[in-house]
Amino acid sequence: MTQHPNSPATGPKSTAQMAPAQRNILLFTGMASLLVMVGVLQSWNVAFSILNMCLISAIMALGVNIQWGYAGLFNVGVMGFAALGGLAGVVISMPPVDAAWAAGGLGVVMGLATGIVTLVLGMMVWRRGQSWGRWRYAATGAIVVIGYILMRSLADPSVDAIEAVDPARTGYLGGLGLPIILSWLVGGIFAAAAAWVVGKISLGLRADYLAIATLGISEIIIYVLKFEDWLSRGVKNVTGLPRPVPYEIDLQANSWFIAFADHLNLPLVDASSLVVKICYALLFTVVLLAVLWLSETALRSPWGRMMRAIRDNETAANAMGKNVTKQHLLVFVLGSAVIGVAGAMMVTLDGQFTPTSYQPLRFTFLIWVMVIAGGSGNNWGAVLGGFLIWFFWIEAEPIGLWLMDVVTSGLPPTHWLRLHLLESAAHTRLMTMGVILLLVLRFSPRGLIPESRR
Amino acid sequence: MDAVLNALVLIGNYIVVPGLAYGSQLALGALGVTMIYAVLRFSNFGHGEIMSFGTMLVIMATFAMQDVGISISPLPTALLALPVGILGAVGLCLLIDRYVYKFYRQQRASPVIYLIVSIGTMFIIGGLIRFIIGPKDRNFADGERFIMKASAFKANTGLAEGLAIKTAQGVTVLTTFVVVGLVFWFLNYTRTGKSMRAFADNEDLALLSGIDPDRVVRITWIITAVLATIAGTLYGLDKSYKPLVYMHLLLPIFASAIVGGVGNPLGAIAGGFVIAFSELAITFAYKKVAAYLIGDGVLGDGLLQLLSTDYKFAVSFMILVIVLLVKPTGIFSGKTL
Amino acid sequence: MTALIGTAMTGGYGGADILNGCTISVESGEIAVIVGPNGAGKSTAMKAMFGMLDLRAGSVLLDGEDITTLPPQHRVQRGMGFVPQTQNVFTSMTVEENLEMGGFIRDDDFADTIEEIYNLFPVLREKRAQPAGELSGGQRQQVAVGRALMTQPKVLMLDEPTAGVSPIVMDELFDRIIDVARTGIAILMVEQNARQALAIADRGYVLVQGENRYTDTGAALLANPDVRRAFLGG
Repeated sequence: MTQHPNSPATGPKSTAQMAPAQRNILLFTGMASLLVMVGVLQSWNVAFSILNMCLISAIMALGVNIQWGYAGLFNVGVMGFAALGGLAGVVISMPPVDAAWAAGGLGVVMGLATGIVTLVLGMMVWRRGQSWGRWRYAATGAIVVIGYILMRSLADPSVDAIEAVDPARTGYLGGLGLPIILSWLVGGIFAAAAAWVVGKISLGLRADYLAIATLGISEIIIYVLKFEDWLSRGVKNVTGLPRPVPYEIDLQANSWFIAFADHLNLPLVDASSLVVKICYALLFTVVLLAVLWLSETALRSPWGRMMRAIRDNETAANAMGKNVTKQHLLVFVLGSAVIGVAGAMMVTLDGQFTPTSYQPLRFTFLIWVMVIAGGSGNNWGAVLGGFLIWFFWIEAEPIGLWLMDVVTSGLPPTHWLRLHLLESAAHTRLMTMGVILLLVLRFSPRGLIPESRR
Repeated sequence: MDAVLNALVLIGNYIVVPGLAYGSQLALGALGVTMIYAVLRFSNFGHGEIMSFGTMLVIMATFAMQDVGISISPLPTALLALPVGILGAVGLCLLIDRYVYKFYRQQRASPVIYLIVSIGTMFIIGGLIRFIIGPKDRNFADGERFIMKASAFKANTGLAEGLAIKTAQGVTVLTTFVVVGLVFWFLNYTRTGKSMRAFADNEDLALLSGIDPDRVVRITWIITAVLATIAGTLYGLDKSYKPLVYMHLLLPIFASAIVGGVGNPLGAIAGGFVIAFSELAITFAYKKVAAYLIGDGVLGDGLLQLLSTDYKFAVSFMILVIVLLVKPTGIFSGKTL
Repeated sequence: MTALIGTAMTGGYGGADILNGCTISVESGEIAVIVGPNGAGKSTAMKAMFGMLDLRAGSVLLDGEDITTLPPQHRVQRGMGFVPQTQNVFTSMTVEENLEMGGFIRDDDFADTIEEIYNLFPVLREKRAQPAGELSGGQRQQVAVGRALMTQPKVLMLDEPTAGVSPIVMDELFDRIIDVARTGIAILMVEQNARQALAIADRGYVLVQGENRYTDTGAALLANPDVRRAFLGG
C-alpha cells in the first residue's frame, strides 16, 4: 500500500487552528508583503525580479505537485525537464543559421531520422520476437548497433561541418525564428515526450526505479545540451533570445515613454527596466493562473478523485480494475509538461540558454522543497511554496553571510575561522535545503497549506 | 604476432586495468547501497555523500600524518588513515539513523518517503562536506605512483605499446578483494551476519526468532559506512577527490546494484564490473587497436569510438534502461543478502 | 500441570471484540486443536495466547506464570514456539541456517537440538544445505516447525500447518506433529481440516463467534452428532 504524507491515515492532525480559507489569505498576504518590503527597502526592480522567478517557480512546483501530490510519483529529474523547456526557447525563437543548414542540415536530419527508425525497428523486433529465444536478443542488438553506426556515419561529418560555421557566433543550426512565446508550448511538448519515454520504462516497477531513472535522464539531458554544439551551441551558450516584451533601449528612445517616466518621477533607465519586468510578470501570471485553474479543475474532477484514491491505496485501486500504471504515466507526462513550460518561460526571462546553469540542487530539489513545504497535494500550497522558498533562496545568501559575520564578529577580521566561515556561507544553501526538507517532512508533513479532504 | 600483442596490451591498458579498478570501486559502493536496500528497504540517495564524507576525513587524517611525517611508502598514507574516516562515517550514519530514519521506521513509512528523506540527508552531508573541506579538488595520493610503468613494460617486452598499473589501481583491486571476502564471510558464517540475512529475508519471522531489529539496522549502517568510506577513498586515490564527483557516482552505483538485482550482494559486485567495463569499452576509441589488427590503410579518419567520452555517464543509464526493460529484477534475481 | 492456559480471553484488533471470553488450555505432551467455522476467532485466539494482540479481559498462564502482558519475543524466551501460517521460513537461507535462526536467542550450543530435529524430520537432514525456498510445501512446513522447535519450547503453536498441502502430505505432517508431542511438548494448533485434526487431538475446542461451543477429547467431539452435523459436514 502506498502511504502518502498527507493521506488521512498517517498525517498528523491539521496544524491549522483557524478556518483554512482565512489562514490561506493570511499566508498569501504575508508573502505579498515580503515582496513589497523588498520593493520599499531594496528596490522595486529587485522586487519584480524576485516576483518573476517566484511565478516561474510556482509553475514548476505545480508541475511537481501534479506528479507527487496527485499520484505520489517521485521525480528526481525536474532539472532535465526544465532544461528541455529551455531548449525549446532556442529552437523556436532563434533565427535559423542558413550557412549551417547548407553545410550539414541534411546530414543531421537524416542521422536523426535513422536514429528514430532504428529505435522503432528495434522495438518492433523486440515485441514480435517473444518466441524467438536467444535470437530475439541477437536480432534486436544487431538492429540497434547497425542503426547506431549508420546514424553516426550520416550525422558525424555534418555535425562537424555545422560546428565549423562561424563557431564564435553560431556554429549551430539555429532555430525556427518564430515568436518565443510559442516555445512555452513546445517546451511542454519536449518535456512531455521525454517523460513519456522515462515513464514507459520505469513506471509500474518499484518506486525507486522511477526516482533513479529520472535522476539519470535529467543528467543525460544536461550532458547532451552541454556537448551537442550543433543543437544549442553547448557550453558556448545561446544568448540574445528574442523577447515577447519590449526592449529597454526601445522604451528609452520612445518619446511617449520618456514623458511617462518623467510623469512618474523615475529615472528613465529604472522606469524602462521596471516596465519590462512588469510586462513579464503579467505574462507569467496569466500562465500561472491558467495552469492553476486547469490543475484545480482536474483535481476536483472524477479523474482527480480517482488519482488520489490510487495514491492512497494502490492495491485497492488495482483491485477495482483501474490501470494504475497507465494513469501514473498520464500524470507523470502532464506534470513534466508543466515543468517544461516553466523551463521555457525561464529561458525567455533570462534571454539566454546556459546548460551549465542547470544544477540539480537549484532545479530539482529546490522545487521539491517548495512542494513539500507548501503542502503536497494542494495546488495553492505548491504556489505559496514556490513563492516563499524562492524568496528565501534568493535572500538566504545575504542572510547567511550576515549571520556568519555576526557570529564571527568577535574574531579578528583575518582569523582563519572567520575567513573560512565567510567563504563557506555560500554552501549553507545546500545544507539549509536539506534541513528544511527533513524538518517539514518530520514535523509538518502536510505543509503550510495542507491538502483538504474532499 | 607483435601486432596482436600490441592490440591486446592497448586494450589491457585502457580497458582491463582501469575497468578492474573502477569496477571494484563501483562494486563496493553498490554493495553498500544493496545492504541498505535489503535491510531498510529503500534506495539511499545519500550514499554518494557518505562515501565523500568518509573520504574527506581520510584526507584530513592523511594530511595530518604527512605533516608529522608518518608514511607507509610505497603504499599511500591514506590506507593508514582509513580507520579515521571509517569511524567518522560510522558515527555519521548511526547519528542519521537515530535522528532521521528511526522515526520513519516506527511510522512504517512508505519507500518513497524514505527516498525523499535520503535526499534530504544527501544535501545536509553534502553541505557539511563543502563547509568543512570546501568544494576544491584535493590530491592526497602519495607513495609510489606506479606498480608498473608503461616505459618499463615496453623496455621489458619490446612491444610498442605500454601497460601501466598505478599503485592506486593495484591497491583498489586488492582491497576490494579482501573487503568483499570479509563481507561474504560475515554474512554467511557469522551469527550476526546470518541474522542480518534473516531480517532481510523475512522481517516478521526474524522478530519472532528473537532477532533484535535495532541491532540489525545498526550493524547494517556500520557495514555500509565502512564500505562507503573504503570505496570513496579508493576512488579518490585513483582519480583525485572532489566533493561534486561523488554525487555523480550515484547513478553508476545505483545502476550496478540494479543490474545485479537490488538487495543481492553478489549481484552488486557483478553489476559494478558490468557497468565499469561497459563504460570503458563503449567510450574507448578503437582506432589504434584496429590499426594493429587490420592495418592502417583501410581505416578512415574516424576514432572508431562508439560514444564520446563526454557521455561516459550515459552508459550506466543505458544499461539501467535495458535491465529495466528486459529483466527489472536484475541478473541475480530472487535472492537477497 | 497445565502447560498453557488462556482463561476467559476477550479482545480484538480494535473495534468489535473477536474473542468473547473463550478459554483454551493444553497439557504437556498433548495435542490440542482449535476448530470452528470461518471467522470464529480460531487464529485470533491462538495469536492472543502468543501475545500478538492485546486482551481486554482474561489472562494467559504459562506453566502457572502469568504472561498476559508479555510481548511475543519474551514469550519465545519463556518457552513458547509459534509457527505462522504463511511466510514461516527464511526462503533465501538454507534449511540448516533456518534452524540456526530459530535458535538465535539461545546462548548455549544448540548442535544437539539440530540433531534432534533432524531425527524428527529426516528429510531436513537430506536437504540441510538447500535454500528453504526451493523445498516443497510439506518440507517447508517441516522446516517451519523445526525452526520453532529450536528454542526447545514447552508449548508449540501451529497456525493451520496443513493449509495448502496435499492429503498425503497432510497425513505425514500430522504424524510428525504426533512425534513432536511424544517428546513431551504441548501442541496447540488451529486447523481447517477439522476431521483429520481432531482424529489426532487429545483435546478439541470448537469455537463459534469467539466463544467455546464444545470442548472435549478429539475422539468425543468426532463422535458427537451435533458437532458432526454443524462443523464436520455430517
